[in-house]
Amino acid sequence: MSWMIKIEDVSKMYRLGLVSSGTLQDDFKRAWYKFKGKEDPFLKIGEENKRDTAGSDYVWALKDINFEVKKGEILGIIGKNGAGKSTLLKLLSKVTKPSTGSIKTRGRIASLLEVGTGFHPELTGRENIFLNGAILGMKKSEIKSKFDEIVDFSGCERYIDTPVKRYSSGMYVRLAFAVAAHLEPEILVVDEVLAVGDAEFQKKAIGKMKDVSQGQGRTVLFVSHNMGSIKSLCSKSILMKNGTITKYGKTDEVINTYLNDSSSNSIVPLNERDDRKGSGKLIAESIKLYNSNNIETSEFIPGERMKLIFKLNGNLESGKFLFNVIFTNNFGSAVAMFRSDEINPNLELNTEKIISIEIPKLNLRPEHYNISYYIANNSFSSENFYDSLENCVSFEVLNFDYFKSGKMIKNGNFGLINANIHS
Amino acid sequence: MNEKEDLHEIITPKKHLFDVNLKEIWNYKDLLFLFVRRDFVAVYKQTILGPLWFFIQPIFTTLIFTVVFGRLASIPTDGLPPVLFYMIGITCWNYFAECLIKTSNTFILNSNIFGKVYFPRLVLPISIVISSILKFGIQFVLFISFLIYYYIQGADIQPNIFILLLPFLLLLMAGLGLGFGIFISSLTTKYRDFQFLIAFGVQLFMYATPIVYPLSLAKEKLGSYSWIAVANPMTSIIEAMKYAFLGHGELNWYYLAYSTLFMMVLLFIGVVTFNKVEQTFMDTV
Repeated sequence: MSWMIKIEDVSKMYRLGLVSSGTLQDDFKRAWYKFKGKEDPFLKIGEENKRDTAGSDYVWALKDINFEVKKGEILGIIGKNGAGKSTLLKLLSKVTKPSTGSIKTRGRIASLLEVGTGFHPELTGRENIFLNGAILGMKKSEIKSKFDEIVDFSGCERYIDTPVKRYSSGMYVRLAFAVAAHLEPEILVVDEVLAVGDAEFQKKAIGKMKDVSQGQGRTVLFVSHNMGSIKSLCSKSILMKNGTITKYGKTDEVINTYLNDSSSNSIVPLNERDDRKGSGKLIAESIKLYNSNNIETSEFIPGERMKLIFKLNGNLESGKFLFNVIFTNNFGSAVAMFRSDEINPNLELNTEKIISIEIPKLNLRPEHYNISYYIANNSFSSENFYDSLENCVSFEVLNFDYFKSGKMIKNGNFGLINANIHS
Repeated sequence: MNEKEDLHEIITPKKHLFDVNLKEIWNYKDLLFLFVRRDFVAVYKQTILGPLWFFIQPIFTTLIFTVVFGRLASIPTDGLPPVLFYMIGITCWNYFAECLIKTSNTFILNSNIFGKVYFPRLVLPISIVISSILKFGIQFVLFISFLIYYYIQGADIQPNIFILLLPFLLLLMAGLGLGFGIFISSLTTKYRDFQFLIAFGVQLFMYATPIVYPLSLAKEKLGSYSWIAVANPMTSIIEAMKYAFLGHGELNWYYLAYSTLFMMVLLFIGVVTFNKVEQTFMDTV
């Protein structure tokens, strides 16, 4: 099949810092170089986009991007914050121009960078459907013919003649997505819109996107942090890092690369982590995991005993505090939670400052899991945190004949419940 | 498949300076009219007096001008009833000023829409010019009712055939306002100084235009410097309006031709800069 979008050597440079201070001078310098027929002097000193290290004031948000997307394909784009995903979509939707390179497209591009763009709070739902539709590039007649469908999809019939400023945020987003979902461009660019709405609406939205690409043969570019929806929608994906494409291929492989890369965080020793949240009055210095045989490990057999030992440091006047440990799977969804106020409401800091959590049976399917913890004063709201870290350690659950049937159990990133089946 | 033939678009770093896609703007005419509608509907929502505000503003300004400039300063009005003399000037000036001020904010006010989705950016300032015509129309009707009242009372006014020039004069004012406005909005994306300049610049500009005084007075008092008053492209338009509707004023074809040329050059410069800025303004706004 032929390509619908072809991106060749695209780069985008941004200038950091205050645009208005001292830049008039730079502008004159540029103009002077241009006048002499030389290259832009500031383009040369651009560098890879790394947010945490200081460098020159000019960075490449995107550097030498090359790829193409075929007809009817849903291409997923994943990467950490700051990898350049949104910049790429901005270039595609013509919001801003690339610094170098070219983007060729076959067909109209419509972008859903953020739903509800151009909604006017004073106008009614009906008026906003027309306005928003037109902003997204629809003709009035097109919107008219799809109006009922849009209203139906949004589920806001009752409020269609109410100004949208009276809408709940959920209704607002649903209405906005409904308009966007009924666009009929050859190429649709979507950024994170599925992160909103309730589960039912998300399902509806994903279904609609699938429809668009498979049923109607249109091309979709989809950016998300939700690996679940990327996995269920996209056959191929791109992994971006610091403005470059580090992997392009089948979605499963790309997601694995991404997750391995991002969970490498946990290899960083606890005392070197700089993303702790909380006042720091009481912090965890180390976390160790022990198996049934009291051996420190990061690999467990399903159903065996697991013991977590937290070594804390700090001083409390009252000695009372709350402690919460959460196990999450690769997709970042929680699979188990252990709250001290539920298990042992009288938890107090002892002299050794050690907390141990004992799980008699680790009932989880074979997969990779991460552990996050929260230490707090008297409630788990972020202003009460003493200390918290997400994904501080990880462990692996191994394949095992859990049901003693002679068969290894299948992988899965959720709980494992013992059962018998009889006939 | 032939690669050239079905290629819809190529996005490259730089567009040609004069590559203004008018056809694209035409394709977005539905959006244009929805913006006009939005401006009109949304402005006076949640106000008690609603569209009455359209009338209140010119009436009170006329009243103040009549007292301050007519009575206190005794500036002559070419022998015309002061109310009509000021009102026609104010109505026309309001239209020009509104086009200018509102379009001069285009990029900054709409940066959140512009940052999310593409449509020809010129649609927005054009929609402002059109929705301002509606407001002008309403205020003009007010002026016409006063005109009829004074006519019946037997005041010395002679509306004449040149009132047919109205659409052309309106176009000139729209073009001037739009041209100035989009030129300034292109500059404000980077240097906000122009925002402050506009705020009092428009006010000063009004006193350089024969609104509270007739051109004949300016010519008489300024003597050899009277070209300053004539160099203002709004002067000939206001004077032509006064002549057409009230019968006093200076309808000078040379001046009007000058204003037309001025408008065309200004609009051209405005559109070219706007076109250049719209490509990357999201990075600097």
